[in-house]
Amino acid sequence: MPHDPGANPLVEVRGLNVRFVSRDATVKAVNGVDFTLAQNESLCILGESGSGKSVTLRALMRLNPPKKTVMEGAVRVGGHDIVAAPEKAMADIRGRVVSMVFQEPMTALDPVFTIGKQIAETIIRHEGVSRAEADRRALGLLELVQIPSAKRRLAAYPHELSGGLRQRAMIAIALSCRPKLLLADEPTTALDATVQIQILLLLRRLQQELGMGVIFVTHDLGVAGEIADRVAVMYAGRFIEEGPVAALMRGPLHPYARGLMGATVHAGMRGTRLTTIPGAPPDLSRPVQGCAFAPRCPQAGEDCLPAMPELRSPAPGRNVRCIRVDEAA
Amino acid sequence: MLSYILRRVLYAVPIALAVSLLCFLLVHIAPGDPVNAIVPADAPQAVVDQIRAEYGLDKPLPVQFGLWLLKVVQGDLGRSLATGRAVTDDLFVAVQNTLRLSLIAAAIGFAAGTLLGAIAGAFRGSWIDRVAVGLAAAGVSVPHYWLGMVLVIIFSVTVNVLPAMGAGPGGSGDWAWNWEHMRHLVLPAVTLSVIPMGIVTRTVRGIVAEILNQDFVNTLRGKGLRRGGILLHVAKNAAPGTLAIMGLQLGYLMGGSILVETVFSWPGTGFLLNSAIFQRDIPVLQGTILVLALFFVSLNLLVDLMQTALDPRIKRA
Ligand SMILES: Nc1ncnc2c1ncn2[C@@H]1O[C@H](COP(=O)(O)OP(=O)(O)OP(=O)(O)O)[C@@H](O)[C@H]1O
Ligand SMILES: [Mg+2]
Repeated sequence: MPHDPGANPLVEVRGLNVRFVSRDATVKAVNGVDFTLAQNESLCILGESGSGKSVTLRALMRLNPPKKTVMEGAVRVGGHDIVAAPEKAMADIRGRVVSMVFQEPMTALDPVFTIGKQIAETIIRHEGVSRAEADRRALGLLELVQIPSAKRRLAAYPHELSGGLRQRAMIAIALSCRPKLLLADEPTTALDATVQIQILLLLRRLQQELGMGVIFVTHDLGVAGEIADRVAVMYAGRFIEEGPVAALMRGPLHPYARGLMGATVHAGMRGTRLTTIPGAPPDLSRPVQGCAFAPRCPQAGEDCLPAMPELRSPAPGRNVRCIRVDEAA
Repeated sequence: MLSYILRRVLYAVPIALAVSLLCFLLVHIAPGDPVNAIVPADAPQAVVDQIRAEYGLDKPLPVQFGLWLLKVVQGDLGRSLATGRAVTDDLFVAVQNTLRLSLIAAAIGFAAGTLLGAIAGAFRGSWIDRVAVGLAAAGVSVPHYWLGMVLVIIFSVTVNVLPAMGAGPGGSGDWAWNWEHMRHLVLPAVTLSVIPMGIVTRTVRGIVAEILNQDFVNTLRGKGLRRGGILLHVAKNAAPGTLAIMGLQLGYLMGGSILVETVFSWPGTGFLLNSAIFQRDIPVLQGTILVLALFFVSLNLLVDLMQTALDPRIKRA
């Protein structure tokens, strides 16, 4: 592996496969994802809708619906084996070692419990402290995520807060037991543009202050550039390109990654044309032969079809799955 | 909150008035002359007229209603045409008996229904769910009198462990909380409980399944909460809806026990109503229906208030 996360990575994923099995179809949502994440590192996952970003994120804490999910490969987070751990051990890991901020803070919070109670119950669950101590910690957490008049907000119900404050409360819940890894699935998509930036800056500050690894999903390249150390581009359940944020955004190597950058508005591209990627992503309930992007790829040829392209490393720290990219350029 | 409660109580007053008017009219619109029920068929016209005047039945309807209402608010529901006793005396005993029966039936039906519904909702599509749905369907569709008679045949006739009639040994009307009396409650209460059991099962099943499908349950799992912790959230979310259906069912039980009370000769309001109907005993009929209807109105009010207290999203303004 060209990217060196150090001797003791926080997250180690090898050959992750996730399938959803139902009576009528099997959806292969994740098809061989490998990556490592160092302590304190932040990774951003980009990709079209349906490419498997959320499923990958949920797999890191085994939060996909247990009944119909088949998960294969090796996933280690903070030294814990996420694939093999019994459900009881998983419940101890969730919220304490790894926790998640969800996209929709309105529906992700219980409408009939106060914010304070929803934070405190997490602390009590994992640390067995008294109710009073948990309430005190909850207040501290609301201050940490910069909710104004925090004391009053402890007794508020989710519907009494604005979207931005709700997402801050969600972050407070996620951070309540100081997890080593924070997952955030489009944490700002449901919010106003100005609030989005505030939440992102908050997440970046908290990551630095608390020293966590962060993996987040976004559709916004600007967001990725702001807070990520590394970026992974996902397509049809695979990481098709991965590398340091600056290098990847400046010069994406995979044709799909290039298309994705071209299809999104970001700083420094005034005057250039917005392009779109023609075609649609493959149906994940059907087997795919060779490179999954080939049918939409302007550079595709016969040689793309026999097998899924192996991972290539054209530059230190960069990985790409495309046979058109020269090894070690 | 206090002013909210007060306002809701005030809103109930016009409803109660409308209910009273309806009760009053219901009896007068029904065919048959009530005087015929008390005087022999061959009585001279003078006697009939005298009795008609005595009971105020010769006055125009609005006046009759006014006089009746005036007495009602003073707690006087008149005298029974059949027995001459004060309606309130008989009603007082009957309401107690009906309350006892329907509260016990509600306790059985609500407990079984909540349990079945919660399990079915949590394990939707499993065999346990199918059993619960089947029981619920059977509960709401089995006729009371049929089930009552089957239970009597089994437990009173064949096995002979439980009495088939009355509310106490020797047909006594005085209630006491001892086994001799409680034995009499078992069969009618079980018979009466199957409908609320079925309806509560269905409702709770739907509510629980819907709650478990919501995003926040995933958040709870993501926080590391175990089954017990998640159950607490589900219960609090399910409470307002469950309570509403229970309040409604309790109201139906009070009024709907007429068949069961008749089958088991249970001396409650249903039994009273039944005999009043056959004897055209208007004061008893009016009083009983009124009390049942007012009970229903207050029950709805109570449920509304409790829902407001339980669900922070309902505005109290
Ligand atoms: N619980 C599930 N059951 C069945 N299929 C699922 C389930 N969750 C996700 N999928 C499927 O897996 C694929 C990947 O979904 P995923 O939610 O990871 O996409 P995504 O990259 O997060 O997209 P978006 O940007 O729209 O959030 C999709 O085809 C989706 O339909
Ligand atoms: Mg998603």
